[in-house]
Amino acid sequence: MSEKRIALGLRNITKVFGDKYANKNVSLDVYHGEILSVLGENGSGKTSLMNVVAGIYTPDYGQIFIDGKEVSINSPKDAFSFNVGMIHQHFKLVDVFSATENIVLGIDDGGFDLKKAREKIVQIAEKYGFIIDPDKKIYDMSVSEKQTVEIIRVLYRGADILILDEPTAVLTPQETKVLFNVLRRMRDDGKSIIIITHKLHEVLSLSDRVAVLRKGEYAGTVITSQTNEKELTELMVGGKADLNIHRDEPKNAATRLTVSGINCKNREGVTVLKDVSFEAKAGEILGIAGIAGSGQRELLEAIAGLQKLEDGEVVYIDPKTHEKENLRNKTPLEIREMGVRLSFVPEDRLGMGLVGNMGIVDNMMLRSYRKGHSMFVSRKEPKNLADEIIDRLHIVTPDAETPVRRLSGGNVQKVLVGREIAAAPTVLMAAYPVRGLDIGASHTIYDLLNEQKKKGVAVIFVGEDLDVLIELCDRIMVLSGGAVSGIVNGRQTTKEEIGLLMTKSKEESANEQ
Amino acid sequence: MNNNGTTINKNAQQIHEPLFQVTKRAYTTWQKAWIIRAVAIAVALVICAVVIVLVTGLNPLNVYGTMFEGNFGTERKIWNLLREIAMLLCVSLAVTPAFKMKFWNIGAEGQSLIGALASVACMIYLGDKLPNGVLIPVMLISSVLAGALWGLIPAYFKAKFNTNETLFTLMMNYIAMQLVAFCIVFWENPKNSNNVGVINSSSKSGWLPVIGDQKYLLPVLIVALLTAVMFIYLRYSKQGYEISVVGESQNTAKYVGINVKKVVLRTMAISGAICGIAGFLITSGVDHSIRSDTIGGLGFTAIMVSWLAKFNPIYMVLSSFLIVFLEIGASSIATDFKLNESIADVLTGIILFFIIGSEFFIQYKLKFHKRDKKEA
Repeated sequence: MSEKRIALGLRNITKVFGDKYANKNVSLDVYHGEILSVLGENGSGKTSLMNVVAGIYTPDYGQIFIDGKEVSINSPKDAFSFNVGMIHQHFKLVDVFSATENIVLGIDDGGFDLKKAREKIVQIAEKYGFIIDPDKKIYDMSVSEKQTVEIIRVLYRGADILILDEPTAVLTPQETKVLFNVLRRMRDDGKSIIIITHKLHEVLSLSDRVAVLRKGEYAGTVITSQTNEKELTELMVGGKADLNIHRDEPKNAATRLTVSGINCKNREGVTVLKDVSFEAKAGEILGIAGIAGSGQRELLEAIAGLQKLEDGEVVYIDPKTHEKENLRNKTPLEIREMGVRLSFVPEDRLGMGLVGNMGIVDNMMLRSYRKGHSMFVSRKEPKNLADEIIDRLHIVTPDAETPVRRLSGGNVQKVLVGREIAAAPTVLMAAYPVRGLDIGASHTIYDLLNEQKKKGVAVIFVGEDLDVLIELCDRIMVLSGGAVSGIVNGRQTTKEEIGLLMTKSKEESANEQ
Repeated sequence: MNNNGTTINKNAQQIHEPLFQVTKRAYTTWQKAWIIRAVAIAVALVICAVVIVLVTGLNPLNVYGTMFEGNFGTERKIWNLLREIAMLLCVSLAVTPAFKMKFWNIGAEGQSLIGALASVACMIYLGDKLPNGVLIPVMLISSVLAGALWGLIPAYFKAKFNTNETLFTLMMNYIAMQLVAFCIVFWENPKNSNNVGVINSSSKSGWLPVIGDQKYLLPVLIVALLTAVMFIYLRYSKQGYEISVVGESQNTAKYVGINVKKVVLRTMAISGAICGIAGFLITSGVDHSIRSDTIGGLGFTAIMVSWLAKFNPIYMVLSSFLIVFLEIGASSIATDFKLNESIADVLTGIILFFIIGSEFFIQYKLKFHKRDKKEA
């Protein structure tokens, strides 16, 4: 390593938001021809640090060196002039433009020669092994194709230092493999690649070195070949961590919910659920996997009475009377009035599950305010419930009245899950309940789900991290393009199997039958 | 973020000071907020003083004295002030539930006017048929119903077809005005004056009774009661809670099973109904007549009152006082010093600008960015 030249050096970078340090005295180096992972929990300052390098934030303090020279990067344009390019988590592409048009967009090199640009793009693609159609419009592209366009755009502008912010979050395992091969080829070409991630196994398989951030501070850099998951986790959380997710055998797994042949269209009239059928059983966790936007949200909303069904049935089987109740096209209120205790932790916590500007007490009231005949609300019971949840789930908040939008992501989620569990559900649906949560908070949520499973609740868990799904769930249903492409046993399946199912089209699965 | 660093802060310790982008309201205590507001008013008065001296050459203290005099000078002036506040506050109370629900009801003008029209119609057609004890409740009820209807129409179209409520309620204002203009043709007194004149001036039937020898005491008390009711309704009732949830996030409302359409319709009916009460109070309690500009823009000023008070009916007493005080003060400056009306409007504008602007400083704190030494 010592003979390698430093491409990017950061010294004492400090960035403050309000009275919170996003980064505090972070110093690290990136060499030419290496892949550096920046690892850290959510809120540890990975993205804000990289935004400083990419010119989106100006640091409050500290210096940036590129090839040994101190520079000041005040805009993404500046960053490009120093050959630094960032690929953001949310793509910034013009939908109605082709790949080529998007790539040349904003480059002022005197002329506008799409033909020449196209040639250059093809060259870049060949050099690093990208698969791209330069004339394809963005709206016709899959997520991974869009990402390819973003990466080529940065390379086209001559970037030597590439920053990728959680590039694999939206990819299947197979697409991830392709991306990693491309990144390795770029490294061998002498480029410096910084990849922001919190997935440990990716860090280990891809990078040369790992820089760890913890609560905005630099926790150390380790050489990947000399470390392991356990050590990295301890660096990340700053102490011993138990990474194992507990999984009990389901007991008396009786069918609680039967979904058969549901079809569903979204507002634009596009079919989002195609002939989905499955059963959810009491005392078991059913995982739902799939690429983002494969119909997970719509499925849960259809069960919760928030999506109109074109056809199909959602049948709830009462645990005591074994009576069957059809929930099809019932409103959430009607479902509750039927005595079906269905709890739902939606993906959009502050936009759907909670009201961001209300305190915990008023958010508890969302489920219970109708109780009683008085025309006035009673805040006494919700207050008690709020205090109980704050106490039991260790929610960090100044008080029970503080607007929940001011709490951290983990605490917001605990408020939401806490409220939904407090309703003593018989079916609990949770969509991406650990998204954006750190390891500690994630494990609290897993424990809560397991506790519900033990109580005989039918738990439906929509997740994105396949490792977690495989460790936590008893069965995993995979959605692909709104259709069920397979239901596998969580104890026996592999990531590769799920990954294949995630991309399997409806035609393929039809051919097999 | 890159453009805010024009001022160089030499003190490196200031680094942990917040940036002005960060919302700080949550950490602003109410004492601090009121200090900021007071400072804003003080600064506004100083700047107004400068403008007064530069433009008119008058002594600003005299001018401010006249403003005060115009509002509080005599008992009659004080009652005028109270009446104006009450009318503005009443319409402001009406728009508040709608705005809290994020339903941009800018049709309070028309909803009040149609309420006034209903009252006047009762006064004219039933004035000699019913005793006051029956007539006045009938007027109140018909005003409430007319206002509620005027509010329900745009709400229905919003709920059913998702029409734009801003345009819809605005257009309803013009319809109400034209209706009044149309009715005046039949009601004009004397003929061809294009004016309704004072209705039932001799019999006083349909006139709100005078209590405690004060003509305006009853309307003021009614509005005070409404303020308390609205405060309790918004804060402690289930319907008030639903309004807040729908206003904050319709998705959350649907998720917990709130019937959003029903809440929209109900809230707009309430909003319109209270506008109707305002129309009733203005015609039965104050004007005893009607013109197409009877409401005089209260429906629009009310929006400002409501927002300034952050939809809190108690604070709205203060914000409506402030606005009425400035208006009366401005017109007394204009008459007393024989000034053009415009200079008074300029002063009002400056004061309002600072008061509204102070909300920014209550929510945000400015931090002067420390820049790299080289760029400095």
